[in-house]
Amino acid sequence: MRPFTYERAADALSAVKAVASTPGAKFLAGGTNLLDLMKLDIERPTHLVDVGRLPLAGIEAADGGVRLGGAATNSQVAADATVRALYPVLVQAIVSGGSGQLRNKATVGGNLLQRTRCAYFYDTTKPCNKRQPGSGCGALEGLNRNSAIFGASDHCIATHPSDMAVAMAALGASVETLSPDGSSRTLAVQDLHRLPGDTPQIETDLAPGELITAVILPPPPKGGQAYAKVRDRASYAGGLASVAVAGGQVAFGAVAHKAWRAEKTEAALAAGASPAEAVEAELASARANGRNAFKIDVIRRLTVATLAEQGRGA
Amino acid sequence: MKTTMTVNGEARTLDLDPRTTLLDALREHLQLTGSKKGCDHGQCGACTVLVGGVRINSCLSLAVMHDGDEITTIEGIGTEAALHPMQVAFLDQDAFQCGYCTPGQICSAVGMLKEAADNWPSQATDDLTGAISLTDAEIRERMSGNICRCSAYPQILAAIRDVAGDAA
Repeated sequence: MRPFTYERAADALSAVKAVASTPGAKFLAGGTNLLDLMKLDIERPTHLVDVGRLPLAGIEAADGGVRLGGAATNSQVAADATVRALYPVLVQAIVSGGSGQLRNKATVGGNLLQRTRCAYFYDTTKPCNKRQPGSGCGALEGLNRNSAIFGASDHCIATHPSDMAVAMAALGASVETLSPDGSSRTLAVQDLHRLPGDTPQIETDLAPGELITAVILPPPPKGGQAYAKVRDRASYAGGLASVAVAGGQVAFGAVAHKAWRAEKTEAALAAGASPAEAVEAELASARANGRNAFKIDVIRRLTVATLAEQGRGA
Repeated sequence: MKTTMTVNGEARTLDLDPRTTLLDALREHLQLTGSKKGCDHGQCGACTVLVGGVRINSCLSLAVMHDGDEITTIEGIGTEAALHPMQVAFLDQDAFQCGYCTPGQICSAVGMLKEAADNWPSQATDDLTGAISLTDAEIRERMSGNICRCSAYPQILAAIRDVAGDAA
């Protein structure tokens, strides 16, 4: 690991000022993804500002919904009685990600900002436009079994690995941030992450030093909720594809550079289409690169199955 | 960087390079070599310790993040003279072959039973609003962050079942 300096932030505002004013600085919360990537020489921060102890871990009712502090752990969110009663899709998504040990460390904000698991991003001897802009994309014609089928570009076909974000996208959650000038803003979870385009190294719309202080869950939409995930082993593995459903809102995971809100499927369902017809409306824009072609079929079947599961639970 | 942690009940102050992981601080600076370095990337669970009673991967945490924390390693779970019930159960059920993953398995199991007692859900939990019934499926799912290369899983499950009692 390369040398870096470390400080524990006294409060949120001094944390964002420290990151904004120090070249090469990054926030550190749970550390489960960042430290792993630092060991692999993929992340190279020169200064870490620890926000894990800031009073940002509260989980509280807010306007008929729930406000999740950015430093709340994944385990705390999944264990919260109100979250379990109102947002089962979020709990199911969280507990299908990582292991118990990882969920005890990983935070709300850190989960959203975790990096892709694309093999070329991890292999520093291979080209990757996300890790080293301009070097090319090894996945385009390489090991792309787990690459994106929605919204990818010729520069990057990596996926976002979060399960939690998929449920949050389906629930229409928004992210609350704090900027170095002391102002705060909110943006929808599905607008937090960008599509790769020709700048896959820029993954979110956050400004340098902007800190995720909370995720706001709106009141749950009417109708049942369900989350389903397909992966190579039964537990403790990243997804090949996942589907979150909340009322008439649908999001796909592990198939795009972000949690993919399936708006065409939603519109078709609202217009009275069957689940099978509705998923085809979204899949019309799906593109595969070879080994990931099976994901189209997985999404097709998983969406129909998850909507049926939702129907049983509603 | 000065860091003070309470490790197995004893206050320990170390002057560490910030790069030092909690695992390396325990093993290389405090000579507590019970916690094992398997993958060093949070994938195997051999480094599992309890922080404030909560299980984490000590390889994916910096020691300096734990200033003021209470750490429990396998050396603090029990002693040769007074084994923890989970250690007794692992012996009774022969829940290991090479033993390398065992300290992590035992720390993880102790933390896991507390999580279940606190009614934390898992992927194997059908009713998210009811009380957890710690079925075999629940134990397997909750222990999936600990890999055993010798594949002693049936005996590990039996050992944890000994301590947990029958499913509700």
